[in-house]
Amino acid sequence: MSVKSKSIQNKSKDERLRKVSNLKVLLNRPELGALGGSVLVFIFFGIVAGDTGMFSAYGTINFLEVSANLGIIAIAAALLMIGGEFDLSVGSMIGFAGICIAIPAIYWGWPLWSSILFAFSMAVLVGYANGILVVRTGLPSFIVTLAMLFILRGATLALTRLITGRTQVPGLRVLIENDPIAWIFSADAFKGVFTWLGSLGLIALRQDGTPLATGIPASVLWWVGMTIFATWLLMKTRYGNWIFASGGDKLGARNVGVPVGRVKISLFIGTAVAATIYACVQVLDAGSADTMRGFLKELEAIVAAVVGGCLLTGGYGSAIGAAFGALIFGTVSMGIYYTDVDTDWFKVFLGAMMLIAVIFNNFIRRRVTENK
Amino acid sequence: MSNNLVEFNNISKFFGSVIALKDVTMHIKKGQIMCLLGDNGAGKSTLIKTLSGVHKPDEGEIIVDGKQTVFDSPRDALDLGIATVYQDLALVSLMSVTRNFFMGREPMKGFGPFKTFDVQKANNIASERMGQIGIDVRDPSQAVGTMSGGERQCLAISRAIYFGAKVLILDEPTSALGVHQASVVLKYIVKAASSGLGVILITHNVHHAYPVGNSFTILNRGKSMGTFDKKDLSREKLLGMMAGGEELDKLEVELKEIDRTSKN
Repeated sequence: MSVKSKSIQNKSKDERLRKVSNLKVLLNRPELGALGGSVLVFIFFGIVAGDTGMFSAYGTINFLEVSANLGIIAIAAALLMIGGEFDLSVGSMIGFAGICIAIPAIYWGWPLWSSILFAFSMAVLVGYANGILVVRTGLPSFIVTLAMLFILRGATLALTRLITGRTQVPGLRVLIENDPIAWIFSADAFKGVFTWLGSLGLIALRQDGTPLATGIPASVLWWVGMTIFATWLLMKTRYGNWIFASGGDKLGARNVGVPVGRVKISLFIGTAVAATIYACVQVLDAGSADTMRGFLKELEAIVAAVVGGCLLTGGYGSAIGAAFGALIFGTVSMGIYYTDVDTDWFKVFLGAMMLIAVIFNNFIRRRVTENK
Repeated sequence: MSNNLVEFNNISKFFGSVIALKDVTMHIKKGQIMCLLGDNGAGKSTLIKTLSGVHKPDEGEIIVDGKQTVFDSPRDALDLGIATVYQDLALVSLMSVTRNFFMGREPMKGFGPFKTFDVQKANNIASERMGQIGIDVRDPSQAVGTMSGGERQCLAISRAIYFGAKVLILDEPTSALGVHQASVVLKYIVKAASSGLGVILITHNVHHAYPVGNSFTILNRGKSMGTFDKKDLSREKLLGMMAGGEELDKLEVELKEIDRTSKN
């Protein structure tokens, strides 16, 4: 951009605007890497595993569900990362929320819906605690939430063993049927369509004539819904601008009146609540809670967010990117079973992908901030 | 009643036993550019922070539009139209021009929970405002990081003016800039003043201050050495009054000495 006196020529005729091709605009988007990566992954599995049933209705639902579960927490993690902070306690929060649902429902006789609400209020509390600690002490969120990772996981294990004498709490399945809100996290959508497709012979059926893939899992709808909501939040609301500002330059943002502390605390609450949504989906799907649920999920969420274009330093990234980051993750983690590749190699792929994503993002940032 | 926008009378500020400022008085009128000059450690930063409401003065009074006031926070000063553009500019380089321009004060549309950031309107205002000061923003959604230092400075100033500043306090706006960029910023400052704003320009660069200033306050070791109108002051005299003036003379003598001894 150059300094020059106000040009008299028509703005649309500005010759310098023409030079910015669509490609360049696309290159400056944070989600480009994840989008391109998704395409590559699909091409790869299309060639390697195209005829194995990976892309049948059942197979597709399978890898979408894995992606969706991760996507739910990755999107919240991405928003927080754009706001300039990390949350390493997400995985532990999943385990904690799981037993917050299961123990009251099974051991204390609470209705399932009330224990779900209880889990969400605990999430708000944990998120608030994370946020207020980071904002008030000025310590790196990495340390604060690492401490919370151990505290929550330990408390989950200790409390569960204290109350139940075990580390697993089964027996939720019977409670789901008549619960007024459990379906939000566990029901399949568009069942009719799948039955109809089954009856036409377009998708595979079981022995009893019901389709193998019974519908779109609730988690997939949560994933899509949260992506749309988070994108709207980032791009179209005042709060979204504050998220970018808080992560981009905390002091600058504060100097022009952005309530940086409030923004960050609310984002920490967001990741804890997303972890609880994840826990609801998992617990209600499995019918049991396990103290080790969500182990290492915080790191997977960060991988997805980073692959999706979020900068580790904050102030830049996108929710759509994180959603695609989760899709890559889910597709590869399930798709690898359809190939001849030993599944042990999955983590190698994961690490390499993250490394490439970070290098690529760094390049993008330089383009965005230094291009002349 | 005087026609001063702001008066700072006999401002003193102490940090424990340290006297950071003592009896500093400045009056700013509409359309006036008051240059505040001083070497490092002269108390410029403390004075800015006191003027902008970060510090409370221990002595003295602040009069805005003829009324005595106390600033409890920078927000109070801002509400009375006294805006400070700090050296760090409060710009986020990864964010777009528009998003920076309206950071914290986004224009909204819609009702209730569906209120959204009116990006279109914000884009239009941002490019129009930047256009007025001669910066042709190709694309207001472009990141601020792509702008030059001078353009960023102008963006920060133009943002302060748009949001109702009557008195602008500019902290070293030209210190990090090249000659051309600095002249662009200085031109803009003159333009802003001629449209009726009062400007306090803090700098240690006499060559930047002298051409644009109407009056000059020189700060030395926390005390004001007085305020001078331009007609009473030559550039050389101004240079000499800065703490560096004598020092530079001494340095010249010493350098000659070194030069002479090394030749022997």
